[in-house]
Amino acid sequence: MTKYAKFFLGAAVFLSLSACASAETDGTGAGTDNTTSGSGATLAAIIDRGELNAGVNDSLPGFGYVDSDGNYVGFDIDLGHAVAAATLGDSEAISFRSLSAQERFIAVQTGEVDVLLRNTTWTTSRDSDVGMDFGPVTFYDGQGMMVRTESGISTLADLGGRTIGVETGTTTELNLADQMDALGIDYNTQTFDDRNALIAAYEAGSVDAWTTDRSGLVSSFAVLADPEEHMILEETLSKEPLAPAVLHGDNQWNDIVTWVVYALIQAEEFGITQDNIDDFMDSDDPDIQRLLGVEGGLGSMLGLEDDFAYQAISQVGNYGEIYDRHLGPDTQFNLPRGMNALYQNGGLHYSMPFR
Amino acid sequence: MYVNNIQQEGEFNSQLEVTAGTHLKRNNNSNLSESLKKNLFDGWKNTLLTVLTGIFSLIVIYQVITFVVTNNWDVIYDNLRLLMIGQYPIEEIWRLWIALDLVSLLIGLTWGLWKGAGKAVAATFGSVFFVFAVIPWTTLNTSLNLTASIALIAVGYFAGDRLDGLKIPTLILWALYIPLALGLITGFGGLLEPVLSREWGGWLLTVIIASISIIGCFPLGVLLALGRRSELPVIRYFCIGYIELVRGIPLIMVLFIGQLLIPLFLGGETGIDNVSRAIIAYTFFAAAYLAENVRGGLQSIPAGQYEAAQALGLNKFKLTFFIILPQALKAVIPALVGQFITILKDTSLVAIIGLADFLGTARRISNNPEYLGRYMELYIFVAAFYFIFCYLMAHVSRHLERSLSKGNQ
Repeated sequence: MTKYAKFFLGAAVFLSLSACASAETDGTGAGTDNTTSGSGATLAAIIDRGELNAGVNDSLPGFGYVDSDGNYVGFDIDLGHAVAAATLGDSEAISFRSLSAQERFIAVQTGEVDVLLRNTTWTTSRDSDVGMDFGPVTFYDGQGMMVRTESGISTLADLGGRTIGVETGTTTELNLADQMDALGIDYNTQTFDDRNALIAAYEAGSVDAWTTDRSGLVSSFAVLADPEEHMILEETLSKEPLAPAVLHGDNQWNDIVTWVVYALIQAEEFGITQDNIDDFMDSDDPDIQRLLGVEGGLGSMLGLEDDFAYQAISQVGNYGEIYDRHLGPDTQFNLPRGMNALYQNGGLHYSMPFR
Repeated sequence: MYVNNIQQEGEFNSQLEVTAGTHLKRNNNSNLSESLKKNLFDGWKNTLLTVLTGIFSLIVIYQVITFVVTNNWDVIYDNLRLLMIGQYPIEEIWRLWIALDLVSLLIGLTWGLWKGAGKAVAATFGSVFFVFAVIPWTTLNTSLNLTASIALIAVGYFAGDRLDGLKIPTLILWALYIPLALGLITGFGGLLEPVLSREWGGWLLTVIIASISIIGCFPLGVLLALGRRSELPVIRYFCIGYIELVRGIPLIMVLFIGQLLIPLFLGGETGIDNVSRAIIAYTFFAAAYLAENVRGGLQSIPAGQYEAAQALGLNKFKLTFFIILPQALKAVIPALVGQFITILKDTSLVAIIGLADFLGTARRISNNPEYLGRYMELYIFVAAFYFIFCYLMAHVSRHLERSLSKGNQ
């Protein structure tokens, strides 16, 4: 009995000690929360630090990857450079942090990164429950389906009884189930951990079709042995609007990210590129003058220099240039603009007016 | 003699090896054709099996050789720097060369002073350096640095072979090596241009995580094992609770807790970077398993050893650290080294928390549009590299085991 009594005594001491310790951390935890949230804190922290911390993907061809010299390259990466140029005047004043899909929101919540540029789909739960705020959509994606041209499959309905390959742990698996249930189609799935393994299985014929975001399907044409033998079905299974995300609560910082993206889109609409931007500096068009900060003082309203858009465009390029650099006709992806064209060309990109 | 009673896996293996060895020796004594006939073509069943497996092996070997020879390996050599050191700044690479030179010298010295397993370590490092130094696409700078490292192994060997007095300095240098190398890599806390841990990657990151975790988990595991046998209930129950709790959680879970929950609890500005968080997670995880291995060793020590030590008047501390632990640890060397090999390979799991270790870097490269679909070459290279170093660890452990058990034969 004495043995047990000793044990309980020890347990009681331990518990009271840990209760004290947790009370202490509660106090400090509340303190840090107060200092990190609130409007303007993020920008002040970035200027103080002298560099922007961006959370990115390091293995999505075209969007975010690491080249042989160890530099981050891609569509999302260039958006990060644009935000750095707008906030700090230097597109290289940025440090990238590779994030896995699982840890990306935690990294924003803890303040480890200021902005998340990691092909993140804008959804209700992420905007509310997860505590993110999203900037404008930078890339309109949607889940597609790849099949062999000779298989005779031309719509989702033809997939009845076939085997479809998907990657595990992604929303594509759930979207597929939702869509096929809605259509009342019976099908089999085979899940893979790795995109490369999935493509290999598809090429070997052990799955009849495979599905992922259309951008991913298009980029996989570069890997297939005979790209002409495969096609992507017209139908999309889901909407995947990819947008930059920041922590909910700092409206000024969210505004900055939002208007930097708009500036890139607006520049494309005006035909302002990295090379010809200086010719526009003495333009008579008041819209252009306001965008480039020649007059209007829009930058200072956001808490930035007035030439923030000039810095972003001149150092990184407009939206179209960024798109073409990483996904356009000169790259092996040759991804058509489609929904990602400007609104006057039939796409969805539309900048709010700079006024 | 008590060692012979232990039903340890490694003991069992080495027994098997001894049997196999004598078997081979006997065959070598008789002439070749006779031994072939006896071992491979003994009756029609064995002949059939021999022919079939022979054909199969030839096909596999042919395919492998064709792949290796005809394949274009540019994906490896274009990205060799990324695979080895990740995004470590190119103008600071000289620090890594110094760290490598220092370890080469230490390996040479150890080989010269103690002989034994040092030879295998020196030979493996030397061969890897040599291969990378002579392959045609290596830059001149890299070749020269690797040649210097090979030379330092040789210098170390001859110095160690002749000067017995170097034993103490060598041991001190080994003890200082990890802090020294880490200081070089990070920049001695601001003395040199600081290199943040997010710029580490590839094999460098794998080695850093694995070596610190291995060195850290060992004392922790031994203490936990001793604590589990303690007579003080608080310590005993704490150790039991810790070991069972950690063994009941998957490693990925522990990594996630380290990576995601620590910053949430402590706030983002804890100053603990994510590499350190991963190292802490690995250390605490491995310590629990190591403790159970060590406990197995402790239980194999017969009561007579305790009684004899007590009869000699040794106190508890001396009894534990000079009589019991040395014997217990020696008995479980294979299990301990198995644990260390597991840690080295498990470091590849950090890819899921956004760190680019050796395997993670290979995965990154396979997503570079320039090398899309070239994952086969990358994974073969990575597998070969892991194999060389894991096998080296296993080899050293066998060596150590044999030399330490000489007294019992």
